[in-house]
Amino acid sequence: MKKLINDPRAVVEESVQGFGLAHANLVTISTDPTFITRKDAPVSGKVGLVSGGGSGHEPLHAGFVGRGMLDAAVPGAVFTSPTPDQILPATLAVNAGAGVVHIVKNYTGDVLNFETAAELAEAEGVSVRTVLVNDDVAVEDSLYTAGRRGVGGTVLVEKIAGAAAERGDDLEAVAAVGERVNANVRTMGVALSACTVPHAGTPSFDLAEDEIEIGIGIHGEPGRHRIPMENADGITDRLLEPVLSDLAIASGDRVLLFVNGMGGTPLSELYIIYRRAAQVLSERGASVERSLVGNYITSLEMQGCSISVLRLDDELRELWDAPVHTAALRWGV
Amino acid sequence: MAALDVTWAVKWLTLSAQAMAEHRSYLIELDRAIGDSDHGENMDRGFQAVLDKLSESPPGTPGAALKLTAMTLMSKVGGAAGPLYGTAFLRAATSLGESAEIDPAALANALAAARDGIVARGKAEPGDKTMVDAWTPAAEAAQKAAVDGDVLAVLVAAAEAAEAGAVATDPLVARKGRASYLGERSAGHRDPGAASSALILRAAVGAAA
Repeated sequence: MKKLINDPRAVVEESVQGFGLAHANLVTISTDPTFITRKDAPVSGKVGLVSGGGSGHEPLHAGFVGRGMLDAAVPGAVFTSPTPDQILPATLAVNAGAGVVHIVKNYTGDVLNFETAAELAEAEGVSVRTVLVNDDVAVEDSLYTAGRRGVGGTVLVEKIAGAAAERGDDLEAVAAVGERVNANVRTMGVALSACTVPHAGTPSFDLAEDEIEIGIGIHGEPGRHRIPMENADGITDRLLEPVLSDLAIASGDRVLLFVNGMGGTPLSELYIIYRRAAQVLSERGASVERSLVGNYITSLEMQGCSISVLRLDDELRELWDAPVHTAALRWGV
Repeated sequence: MAALDVTWAVKWLTLSAQAMAEHRSYLIELDRAIGDSDHGENMDRGFQAVLDKLSESPPGTPGAALKLTAMTLMSKVGGAAGPLYGTAFLRAATSLGESAEIDPAALANALAAARDGIVARGKAEPGDKTMVDAWTPAAEAAQKAAVDGDVLAVLVAAAEAAEAGAVATDPLVARKGRASYLGERSAGHRDPGAASSALILRAAVGAAA
């Protein structure tokens, strides 16, 4: 294992310290327990937005803390959800009296820890609503599993719900916008290689040189199917088809197309994927009105990508376009 | 042996911490196959924190020792294992109450309470390939052994049943937790949570021996 680290057990702590130094104008770092808050939190009268999860998905979530997006991010150990003793103080720190929305990716650990923290916050008099993100169409049989996972769509939920909170929506309205985004976004991912968790030291799964793993999540866990390597257009079609059919995308639909890198794939390749995905959508008569291409929800150094499609309406598009000023997304400011 | 006391409880937790440190790589390897490679690391970190807490504020009763463990695991382990083990130890502590000594019936009841807590939090059923597959046979074997056995017999019965339950997860297809995303491909691997549960229940025997 070759990694730019000092101590496998200090990876999260040292990375968060560096993040705080690099973005001191945007965020405040709290230690023991660790969480990241927006510099001007709590923002008077505004609903607070808190998200979190295992580390290793950077820039998610700390990279999305700032005006127009999250008020706090709570990082756990690598690929391990944070604990209630971190989530609770982060929730209290961003509560300005208007309540707090937790944005939680649907993984068993995240759900259990956020659920516990929400109960504790309610006991302290803070209203909490939870938006559960479960956009991963790779999970086919959600009756017999822990349910669809939260993956690429999380970034879009955080941006759009963040804009709703920033414009002054109340707690129920912000949660409703977040749920509407989740209901209208689907994602599917592929890995060309596994990733190595620093404290484990070996790749998270074994993949031959000529194989790819279809339907991966974002924690280096294997997916559903393993197939021989294909070209970019073939892989794009394979990822996009289940996304479009699950969303029932039809002619005349307006969408946001998001091609996300898993951490180890160059942008040039992500654009090759985007090119084909945009072609397919256009052939279907859908109009791609907004786009996002880059590494926004990663799986350490994994090679691969995910494709997310969000069905837009006027309000969602307006909220997407609203100003945002975070370490990883910035426009309109 | 007639009853267990706080000395046993502290020794149990100490031996559990040793077992987690010793089997850290084994649990990581199990989790690597069907999960995300973090179980051994998280359990080791959590139980080391339990040891620190126990020496900082020595508990007065077995129930207090288990409650301290519950709170520490919930705040240090993360993932699904933190809340699940935390709830298990908390329910066991509540079941034991403030009594200084644990007789066979109280022990079996505490193990059943721990199992119920895991089921309530994780909503898994036997056969889903989770830690429930270790705790359910363990709790049932403990109840049976408590009818005419002493506390050591109850602990041995629970540990043996948990070990057999963990082995029996090998051919199962996971229906809960992160391994469930693998579908059929989760068969042929042992559930890491069932494996760590068996190690912890075996440590309970060692502490009484």
